[in-house]
Order: sequence, then C-alpha cells, then structure tokens
Amino acid sequence: MSGGHSEYNPRSGFMKWLDDRLPLPRLMYDSFVAYPVPRNLNGWYTFGGILSIMLVAQILTGVVLAMHYVANSAMAFDSIEHIMRNVNYGWLLRRLHANGGSMFFLAVYIHMFRGMYYGSYKAPREVLWILGVILFLLMMATAFMGYVLPWGQMSFWGATVITGFFSAIPWVGDAIQQWLLGGYAVDNPTLNRFYSLHYLLPFMIAGVVVLHVWALHVVGQTNPTGVEVKNMRKETVPFTPYATIKDSFALVLFFILFAWFVFYLPDFLGHPDNYIEADPLKTPTHIVPEWYFLPFYAILRAITFNISIPFTDFVLIDSKLGGVIAMFGSIAVLFFLPWLDTSKVKSATYRPLYRQFFWIFVAVCIGLGWLGSKPPEGIYPTLALVLTIWYFAHFLIILPWLGWVEKTKPLPASIADAVLAKKPAAGASARPAQ
Amino acid sequence: MNANCGDTKLMRPNSVVSGVARIGAAAAIAFGLAGTAMAAEEDGATPHYPLNHPRQQSWSFAGPFGSWDLAQLQRGLKIYKEVCAACHSMRLVPFRALEELGYSEEQVKAFAAEYTVTDGPNSDGDMFERPAVPADRFPSPFPNVEAAAAANNGAPPPDFSVLAKARAPERGFPWFVFDAFTLYAENGPDYIYSLLTGYQDPPAGVEVAEGTYYNPYFVGSAALAMAPPLSDGVVTYEDGTPETVDQYARDIAAFMMWAAEPSLVERKAMGFKVMFFLVLLAVLVYLTKKKVWAGLKEQEA
Ligand code: HEC
Ligand code: HEM
Repeated sequence: MSGGHSEYNPRSGFMKWLDDRLPLPRLMYDSFVAYPVPRNLNGWYTFGGILSIMLVAQILTGVVLAMHYVANSAMAFDSIEHIMRNVNYGWLLRRLHANGGSMFFLAVYIHMFRGMYYGSYKAPREVLWILGVILFLLMMATAFMGYVLPWGQMSFWGATVITGFFSAIPWVGDAIQQWLLGGYAVDNPTLNRFYSLHYLLPFMIAGVVVLHVWALHVVGQTNPTGVEVKNMRKETVPFTPYATIKDSFALVLFFILFAWFVFYLPDFLGHPDNYIEADPLKTPTHIVPEWYFLPFYAILRAITFNISIPFTDFVLIDSKLGGVIAMFGSIAVLFFLPWLDTSKVKSATYRPLYRQFFWIFVAVCIGLGWLGSKPPEGIYPTLALVLTIWYFAHFLIILPWLGWVEKTKPLPASIADAVLAKKPAAGASARPAQ
Repeated sequence: MNANCGDTKLMRPNSVVSGVARIGAAAAIAFGLAGTAMAAEEDGATPHYPLNHPRQQSWSFAGPFGSWDLAQLQRGLKIYKEVCAACHSMRLVPFRALEELGYSEEQVKAFAAEYTVTDGPNSDGDMFERPAVPADRFPSPFPNVEAAAAANNGAPPPDFSVLAKARAPERGFPWFVFDAFTLYAENGPDYIYSLLTGYQDPPAGVEVAEGTYYNPYFVGSAALAMAPPLSDGVVTYEDGTPETVDQYARDIAAFMMWAAEPSLVERKAMGFKVMFFLVLLAVLVYLTKKKVWAGLKEQEA
C-alpha cells in the first residue's frame, strides 16, 4: 500500500526541499504513520514489532559487549568473566544479550505460529512468508555462533556436534567441515570466524527485515478473519497512533517477562556446563543445544536407522546423513508451506478441522523440544521418531488433504461485518488461548 | 500412569475432531509422553548422576529480595582460606572484591599481604616474589592443571571462581516450570552443601575405586576423588556460630555463590526497580491505548 498514493505533507520549507531530493521522511511517514492496518488485529499480531525491537536491543548490547570480549580460545572464557565482574554494568549487558537471544526466539516462534494459525503465508503473502523463513535461518546461525563465543563446555561441544553434521555429506563432507572449522577440530580459528560472522549476520538480518517489512507493506497485514480488506476507510486504521500504541503495550509486557529472566533467573535458560571452560579432552555427559534448538535436535537424533535398497546391503543414506536431511528438511518444508496448504480459507477460525491439527502440531513441536533435551536412550528415540513423522505428515499429508475434505465455516462478507457481529462478545472467539 | 494413551491419540486424528479436544489432545500427548518416558527412566539400565537430588536449603540470597549474610560470607572466606585453598584455586577473584564482604580497605590490604605472588620480569629480566596487593587475584595452589591432577589422584580440584554456577543439576520436568515462578535459582549452593554433607559408606555390594569416596550427591559418578574436606571443629569461628560440618558446608556454599556471582544482590535490587517501572509503564500505556482506541469508536458513533 506504500506503492499507491502518499499522504505525506512536508510541514516546513526544509522538509519540502528534502522531500524533492531524498523522500526519506515521506517513506517513514507512509510506512509507520499512515500505513493502514486492519482494525481487528489481536495481540498475536504484536510480535513482529517486538521482534524488531529485540533485534535492535541485541545489536546494541552486542556492540558494547564486543568492546570487551576477546575472541581467542585462551582468553574468551576469562574475558566473559571480566565483563561480568569488572566492566561497569557488564553483568547487566551480558545477561541482557544472553537472555535476549532466548526472548528473540520465543517471540519468533509465537510470530510463526501466529502465521500458521491465521494462514498468513497464503497468496498474496508467499514472498513475505519466505523472507520470514530466511530470517529464521539467519537467526539460528547467529545464535548458534553466539553461543560458541563464551567458550564454555557446551559452546565447544555444541559447535563440535553441529559442525559434525557436515561431515555426513557424502564425499565432500569432511572437506566442508574442515573448511568451516578452519582446521580438523573446533579451535581458535573456529572461534575467530564464528565471532566475525556473529557480528556480521545481525546486520544481514536487519537488511532482510527491511525486505520483510517492505513486502508486508505492499500486500498489507492479514487479520483474524482472514478476509482481505475491502473498505479501507471502514476497516483499517492508520498505523500511528492505533497500532503503535498497541504494539507498545505488548512490548512493555514482553519486557516484563524479559526482565524476569534477566534479573531473577539469569541462568535459568542456559546450561551450567557453560560455566566450565572448554576442554577438548573432556566430553560432557549430555551435549544439549540451547532450548530453542531442541525440537530440531530431536529430529536430528530421531533417525537412528540406515536407509538401504530393499533386499540388499547397499546403504543409500546412513543414519547420520538421514538425521541431517530430516533436520534441514524440517525447516526447508516451511518454504513450501504456501503451496502445501491447499485450503482457500486463511484463518483457522473458520477451519474447524485445521484448528484441531494446528494445536496438535504445536503440541508435537513442544514434545520434540522436550525429547531433544533427553538422552537418546530407552524409549526417547522412538518417541522422537513418531513425532518427527507427525511433524512432516502435518505439512506433507494433512495440510494438502485438509484442503480437500474440510468443510469450512461461512466467512463473513467483510471485516466490518465480522467486527459488528462480534461486538457483544468481543474477543471471545478468534483468539487462540494459550 | 497409563503410558500409551498419548500415542493412540496421536496416531488417530479422527478421534480428536470434536471441539473440546483441542487443548485436551495437546495435554494428552504431553502427559502420555511424559508417562511413557518416566516408565522408561525407571527401568533404564544406565544410572543417572547425581544419584540423589541436592537437598534444598534456605539461603539469605534467595528470592527477589535476597541479599548476602555478610557474617556468613566472612566465615566462608575463612573456611576457604584455611581448608579448601590448599587444593582449590579461585583465580578470577581479586582481593579487592573482599571489601564487598564488609571488610575495610585496610583489612583487605592486610589480608592480601599474607599471600605471596610472582611478579616480573624486573629490569634485570628476573621474575620475583612479592606480597600480594588488593589488585591481585587469589594465587592458585598448583602451578598448572597437570600438577593439580598429579597431587590429587588424577582428578584436578576445580577452580572455585564460577563453580557454584557450573554445578546446577538439571531439575527436569515439571520442576523447572515451577522454578520459573518460584524463582528457585539456588541449585548451585544446594548442590555444594549437599555434596559436602553427603559423604557416606557405600551401600552393600557397591565398590568404589581406590582413592575415591562414595557420595550420592556427586554429579559425575557415585564417588569422587576428594576426601571429605570438613570435620567438626576444623575451623574456629569467633562469632559463636556452631563449628559443625553442616554449618561449615552452608557457609562455604554461600561464599562460593558470592565468588561466582558477586553482582547477585545488585542485580536483584535493580530488578525490583526495573519491574516497578515496567509495571507502572504498562498501566500508563494501557490507559493511553484505551483512550486512543476509544476516540476511534466515538468518531464512528
Ligand atoms: C586435599 C585436596 C582438597 C581439599 C582440601 C578440598 N578439595 Fe574439593 N576437590 C578436591 C578434588 C581432587 C576434587 C575433584 C574430585 C573429582 O573430580 O573426583 C574436588 C572437587 C570439589 C568440588 C566439585 C565436585 C564436583 O561436582 O565436581 C567441590 C564443590 C569441592 N571440591 C568443594 C570443596 C570445598 C568446599 C573444600 C573446602 C571445605 C574443598 N573442596 C577442599 C580436592 C580437595
Ligand atoms: C540477531 C541478533 C543476535 C542474537 C540472536 C545473538 C545471540 C547471542 C547468543 C545466544 C550469545 C551467547 C550468550 C551467552 O551464553 O553468553 C551471544 C554472545 C555474544 N554476542 Fe550476540 N546475538 C545477536 C547479535 C549480536 C551483535 C549484533 C553483536 C555485536 C555487534 C553480538 C556480540 C556478541 C558477543 C560479543 C557475545 C559474547 C558475549 C557473551 O557471551 O555474552 N551479538 N549472542
């Protein structure tokens, strides 16, 4: 909608002069003041704004941490302790940055599930969705490399396990792994390149965020009804002040949660072993990634069998490669979601069956996360395999199938209709309960 | 608990098509899984360490308003100096930090001067020894890890600087969920206290390796290479506090928590201010939001 007309009126002579040469204020005005948003957005739509602020917060705390951090395998661990003990408010910066990473992922997961619930990925928002998946991948890479920087036991062994995936690739795997690590094992060269990339990627994220928001402003937001805006004047409100104030309120609530962890439970989301300096000769009993990677870690370890040509001993895909394929596949499948979901109806509010499967899917993801934290023994790998199969079946079988069989509820004729119909019992129906 | 109900729900989507099943299905899956897994844990062959969970104690620094008991920290320092420092280093803690325990600058200077540190090279290029000053850190009892291991049956005594945060045995589901609300974050000191007071004779039929001591609270295995370091009366307390292993264990654990997280009290105090501010801000922003949106409805009416 920024593509169309602009309502910007430069107020002063200087602004007029600038507008004729570089219409940056016009762009800002059209994007963040006049930009029309559906008036019936609920709280789940505030997480995009929260994510943007969290990105800025991570960059700010990160840049200051980087002034004191030393990326050298002999000094990294001590330099973090130096930040915690000697740098003014260093403990605060470090806690904000480390817990900020977790909050970032919490927000992105809610944001993504929101998209799935309201069918935000459907036409015309496919590119917007795909840019989101790219952001998610970049975030994962950033956080993974950031976690290596404190050079504790989990940093080191996590990096060893994750980069070990690449050696599963046939023929070229070992070469790729060595190239990534800068040697045969995780060591000082690895730490240095991870630091460099950990500094770089957030700025690439910022760049993709610009594209993401641009795409958003071209097609406009969805809304809980899934019905597109028909009457701009009646069904939308200008971003400022309506959405800005709502987003601000959500942000403050989110900051309360953030502060709860930073000030009262700063190590709750971390692993105690990361307070032991990295030791290449001592493998921890259980190597586990940060909580936000656990579902993917469970999928990785769920493949415990080789895939062979039937009736022969010829192994096509050994279990290690199978796990890696499944793990990357679990993210890759998100790219195809816009075309896997065959239903014409966007919002789960009007899709009684999909709504059930959506919540089962959420439970499956949480279940996978829990299994990722368990040692791969006893019943756990089997359970992980069952849930992994369900995870893929959700995208590859259930979603295409539902589009055919599901009898959806009648859609409201317009957002205005839906809002009017709901006036008496406001907010009672569309909101997913948490 | 029926271990299988979750799985059957999971495999038969048509059984959850009814409207109320939404949350039910999620819960059933979660509980079903948990049930299956717990059953598996019970008959699992590999033992999980620590054998016993740490025993929870009450600490002055627990909770949102926690603060140090300075007398306790001072007693802990005394135990460290007189007992543990023979084997355990604390290489990241500078003497000047001891002022936080309630000592004056002069007292810290005098305390530091009791230690000798290596400095140099001097203008002749030689290393030399001198009494420590407050800016120095606690010197380590062994020159390197190899020497520390050699003197201790192959197991180097770990450094104390962050040990209280490095030993926080996993609480597992569902406890960790409750912990997020009760703000339980004292697993480290609970662990140290439990370990130091947890030495016992191995149960019948259990053999421990030569030079190790049975302790079901140890995180690594069933026995550790440290002989019980404390016994009643080994450290003299001037303030009349009981000179028992139990009291010593509490005091040194509190001291180690301070060493690992000296900013703990400052953090919690700031946390209260931040929370107060954020809650107030939330109310104000909420009221503003209501007002802004009310204006919209008036326009329409
Ligand atoms: C005679 C040397 C010696 C003394 C004195 C000593 N320790 Fe230790 N300590 C060790 C050794 C050796 C280990 C390593 C044990 C192992 O890994 O098996 C150790 C380990 C520990 C651990 C870590 C256990 C774990 O979870 O890995 C703690 C905590 C500890 N000691 C506390 C203390 C305290 C508190 C004192 C003083 C009251 C003390 N030690 C005095 C030798 C000593
Ligand atoms: C997308 C945004 C970012 C995410 C998700 C992220 C995530 C992380 C994580 C998870 C850690 C490990 C924390 C720990 O256990 O201590 C970390 C550490 C670190 N990050 Fe970031 N980070 C981001 C942006 C940045 C930026 C922009 C910089 C620098 C300009 C930076 C600099 C650092 C430094 C110096 C450390 C090591 C210090 C420490 O561990 O506390 N980060 N980051």
